[in-house]
Amino acid sequence: MSEAMQSRPAARTGGLTGAKVGTFLARQGILIAFVLFMVGFTVANERFLEPDNILGVIRSSAILGVMALGVTFVVISGNLDLSVGSLMSFSTIVVLDLHDKLGPALAIPAMFAMTLAIGAVIGFLVGYLRLNSLIVTLGMLSAIHGLTLTYSGGQNMDIADKEGTWFSVFGQGEALGIPVPILIFAALAALLGIVLAKTPFGRKVYAVGGNGTAATFSGIRRARVVFSCYLVSAFCVATAGLIQASRSMGSQNTVGQGMELEVLAAVILGGASLMGGSGTIFKTVIGVLILGFIQNGLLLIGLEFYVQYVVTWIIIILAVWLDVAAKRGRLLSPIA
Amino acid sequence: MAPGQLSTFLKRGAIWGFIVLELIFFSIAGEFMSLSEKAFMNWDNMLLLLKQSAPLGIIAMGMTLIMVNGNIDLSVGATFALAAIVLLDSMTWPFMAAMGDWAIPFAWMFALLTGVALGAINGFIVWKTGVDAFIVTLGAMLGFRGLVFMYNGEQPTSHLNWTLVDFAEAQFLGLHTATWFLLLVTAAMWWLMNRTVHGRNAYAIGDNREAAVNAGIRVGPHIMINFMIIGFLAALSAVVFYSESGSVNPNDGTLYELWVITAVVLGGTKLTGGSGSIISTFGGVLAIQILRKGLGHIGADTETVNLVIGLILIAVLFLDRQLNVRGKEALRV
Repeated sequence: MSEAMQSRPAARTGGLTGAKVGTFLARQGILIAFVLFMVGFTVANERFLEPDNILGVIRSSAILGVMALGVTFVVISGNLDLSVGSLMSFSTIVVLDLHDKLGPALAIPAMFAMTLAIGAVIGFLVGYLRLNSLIVTLGMLSAIHGLTLTYSGGQNMDIADKEGTWFSVFGQGEALGIPVPILIFAALAALLGIVLAKTPFGRKVYAVGGNGTAATFSGIRRARVVFSCYLVSAFCVATAGLIQASRSMGSQNTVGQGMELEVLAAVILGGASLMGGSGTIFKTVIGVLILGFIQNGLLLIGLEFYVQYVVTWIIIILAVWLDVAAKRGRLLSPIA
Repeated sequence: MAPGQLSTFLKRGAIWGFIVLELIFFSIAGEFMSLSEKAFMNWDNMLLLLKQSAPLGIIAMGMTLIMVNGNIDLSVGATFALAAIVLLDSMTWPFMAAMGDWAIPFAWMFALLTGVALGAINGFIVWKTGVDAFIVTLGAMLGFRGLVFMYNGEQPTSHLNWTLVDFAEAQFLGLHTATWFLLLVTAAMWWLMNRTVHGRNAYAIGDNREAAVNAGIRVGPHIMINFMIIGFLAALSAVVFYSESGSVNPNDGTLYELWVITAVVLGGTKLTGGSGSIISTFGGVLAIQILRKGLGHIGADTETVNLVIGLILIAVLFLDRQLNVRGKEALRV
């Protein structure tokens, strides 16, 4: 891993050699793969490129996508967040429960506050106490799941009056012919993309993830940055929970179970390194869309949904392999 | 006693102290809160507890090896499920069915080979591509689960062989078959980690990979063998569990990796590699199982178990860092 880091500058310099073309291909491999998949599926089934289908795919990817935006911050800061699936179940259940008790106008901010509070706990443990993020969020995955079940008493949550509420707008509404979940996803992606790329906070996130010690010595408060990343993640999770709750108007306790790894897969597919310090919001969006379109394309050509698991596996390994290979300048690992 | 010695002592003994505390707590709390008349520290109850720790415990032994190596395996749950399907389905193949009970050893062999093969795939990819094991096995977790579904769709796979069930339910010297498997695996892995060159290399590689390479250890093949071992153990865990139950759902084993990692971390193994012990992992497995059983005993619901285990995991991490000087550096995956 450290060898890959050291050889990175070497791969960047030099003229337009074969190696450089190879590096370019490997770096942009995920975009190339995306285009190839789109072309392939279009040839295989003409319905694939129809606007309805495209909107449908993005709409169903929106929940995963919104969560992936937040996790991108956490991963770039050099940490992991495995608790997002559990936390999404929590926020979905809470907002559905509070909807009938307080009404939607109060339920939504209350749910955001509770989700952000949990995010703050994780951020405190990882940022200020400097505990290992993998274990902390693994523990929180389990703990939040328990919390959700305790809250709901193990029962499914349903909104009693599904017709007489404006709550459904977030998941089922449309504006200008575009489903609202897509608008939320796009708006949040644009906002967080600007925050990450154009603000001092965004640069600090990269600095902390790239080299935490150097960042500390240059006066960046590492703990505060990491803490903020988990707050961003929790905010995205709350938004995803809101879309999920509004779309289905009722939910099981396990609605987000397993999503943490799908989210991570999308972020990694987008090229963010688990070592921290690299990745962008744009690439994460591409990663999310690739997962969504592959799923849809495989269904359209008549394959069962679980074939996508195998395809996703192969794509993740190939994408990360190409990335690692480009950084070290050779295809196979030098380790004997 | 020097401060260093004290902290070492605390760390080594912590998990066993925790187990004793759990037992005392549940025995006392059980007197007041239990729904049943039986005491928690009942002999049969303890035997059952050991038996129920077996599926998790067998995989945890392999995970200790992987984590001492500085790697991680998130695909064990899916490997577990696929091995279980092969075990049960292979007994219905025509040539196997014709063999009667002689099909059992073959079915076991097929299941174990499945595990070894899946582990070999992971290990080979980690070795040759140099991609982090976390990502490789994260992908494999999805991919292997896909294979599970492709095998039999969303249908459960069932085959009940009474000879097999009798064997799984048998007790030898008072202990259940599953318990014997857990003890055997623990002993074998202890021997591997403490008495062989392979075990010593595992610690060396986890401690400092560059140095291990320079010392002439063939790190790649070593890592691949370790993944084959954990694949084998995940399959063995499935063999032990499904010989008795006789039916597997395609979603079985989901989140197993998280429970296993929790047990191993409770036992004090570091994610950064280079340290960890099989005996402590055994303690970690017992601690989790006592907690699950104990909370059930005093009438708590399953949700409380998740909550408590999650919080304990974080508390252990915090205490461990306070006790461990090296741990004060930022730990990163």
